[in-house]
Amino acid sequence: MVISDETRARIDAEIAKYPRPRGGLLPALHLVQAEHGFVSPELAKELAGIFELKPVDVMEVVSFYNMFFDRPQPRHHAYVCTNLPCALRGARTLLRQLESHLGVHSGEPTPDGRLVLGHEECLGACGYAPMMRVDGVYHEDLDLEQAKRILDSLE
Amino acid sequence: MLKVPHTTGYLSEHFADDAFGTLVGYERRGGYAALRKVLAEVPPADVIETVKASGLQGRGGAGFSTGMKWSFMPKGDEKPKYLVCNADESEPGSFKDRILMERGPHQLLEGILIAAWATGAAKTFIYVRGEYKEPADQVERAVAEAYAKGYLGARVMKRDFRHDVVVQRGAGAYICGEETGLLESLEGKKGQPRKKQPFPAQYGAFGMPTTVNNVETFCHVPHILARGVEWFRSSGTEKSPGNTIFGVSGHVQRPGLFELPLGTRLDEIVFEHAGGPPPGRKVKGVIPGGMSMPILPAHQLDVPMANEFLRERKTMLGTGGVMVMDDRTCMVRAACVISWFFRDESCGQCTQCREGTGWMNKIVERIERGAGEPRDLEILLDVAAKMEGQTICAFSDAAAWPIQGLLRHFRGDFERHVAERKCPFPECFEL
Repeated sequence: MVISDETRARIDAEIAKYPRPRGGLLPALHLVQAEHGFVSPELAKELAGIFELKPVDVMEVVSFYNMFFDRPQPRHHAYVCTNLPCALRGARTLLRQLESHLGVHSGEPTPDGRLVLGHEECLGACGYAPMMRVDGVYHEDLDLEQAKRILDSLE
Repeated sequence: MLKVPHTTGYLSEHFADDAFGTLVGYERRGGYAALRKVLAEVPPADVIETVKASGLQGRGGAGFSTGMKWSFMPKGDEKPKYLVCNADESEPGSFKDRILMERGPHQLLEGILIAAWATGAAKTFIYVRGEYKEPADQVERAVAEAYAKGYLGARVMKRDFRHDVVVQRGAGAYICGEETGLLESLEGKKGQPRKKQPFPAQYGAFGMPTTVNNVETFCHVPHILARGVEWFRSSGTEKSPGNTIFGVSGHVQRPGLFELPLGTRLDEIVFEHAGGPPPGRKVKGVIPGGMSMPILPAHQLDVPMANEFLRERKTMLGTGGVMVMDDRTCMVRAACVISWFFRDESCGQCTQCREGTGWMNKIVERIERGAGEPRDLEILLDVAAKMEGQTICAFSDAAAWPIQGLLRHFRGDFERHVAERKCPFPECFEL
């Protein structure tokens, strides 16, 4: 796994926006993850070289943030917000029903590697609960049937 | 679904107009006129005085005077100065900044540019929480339009005034909404808050003088400069002027956003604007300002939504996220959700917070399971008291306050769990 020339050029463009190069690290991690799906130890090492950091400096940033992954990921991510405003409107029941629909526990990928269903903390959709964030896209005011259809349509 | 507030005011009145999100559509509605006027005729010091006189308070939770904050920035040009727009909206119950970015990104940019003129900032970093893809995309698109039009860059509106805007996307950490946690994250590090002092106005982003303002705060600024202090103060209360956008969630018939004057009564928001609880249900309690703020019981909702009144009831306006719970709700279960969140999101730097959030969660879950002891209530209050005012940032306080509020007003719910050795609220949401 290596960072492509195209991604490298975009990382350099991000770094140029900041007074210190390290300001470009979060943008770079987003770019690398968009290319490879996760930040492997070798990618972290390569990034560390670009930013003149130690690989552990990169990995501690990866591990601090929920949206960065240090291992291979299923093809799709679906997160139900289960914080209080959503819980009050049935989000936890919805998550349990979706778990049984898929036959998995929250946080465990499906055996075919298609999808991981999980929960997430407040996503800023409190007035439109319950909701799911699927591959970065918000689906709001959901009922069980709509939510199942969305998950079933993922390939 | 189009996310437009149910009641609108000067911030959101054009949000139903799709074109308002574009530069052309924004200008058609009078946008960028305030910036043009300011650059032509209002010296920076006068802009700061105007914002001070307007009484605008930050809308990100702390409610500090915006004009005062700007005045803390050092004068002179020895060091580059920065603005940071805190768009890391993550307080459970809050969803207004998202709509302000999605539907009115140029209103935000105009506010930023006026603030930059006032403070002498060379650059603004807009830090948008990573999950807010659509809002960040909208802001980035607006920034590109503003550069193309010459409203950003080397000569803003052909004046001798340079300003650049960088949009950074967060990556999922509640603590990055804390302003110095945000600055660390912006610099490519773990978002662990810094000790104050030095304050950001002396040592902020990349070590330079920095002012951090919330999205909504910036959005008020063009209106204040366009229409004047007197106009701004005609809405809201004497101490808390202007409108704000309340987000109403939970057990109401019409959840969503409502732009209303500060000082609007909480019961009016809950029962009139948001339609009250579902038929046949009664309100049990309402969190008035995002999950960190202590709850109010049903008989205390006759309070104007402004800090000077809410403080008398031991709570705060916070981010204006109004969370309504009806009579099905078990307040111990609510405490489980709240304490789990803070346990999960504690950055781990300070012992009181890292350990305290875990213990509070463990104890309320034990009570909810029916395994609690009478002394657990005192232990909870003791832990909460030890978490207040002891840590680098206010996260620990924010974790303690809601639990203290629940015990202050709903102690009976906790005691029944202990006495009956089970949860006595079968109709509550499942955990």
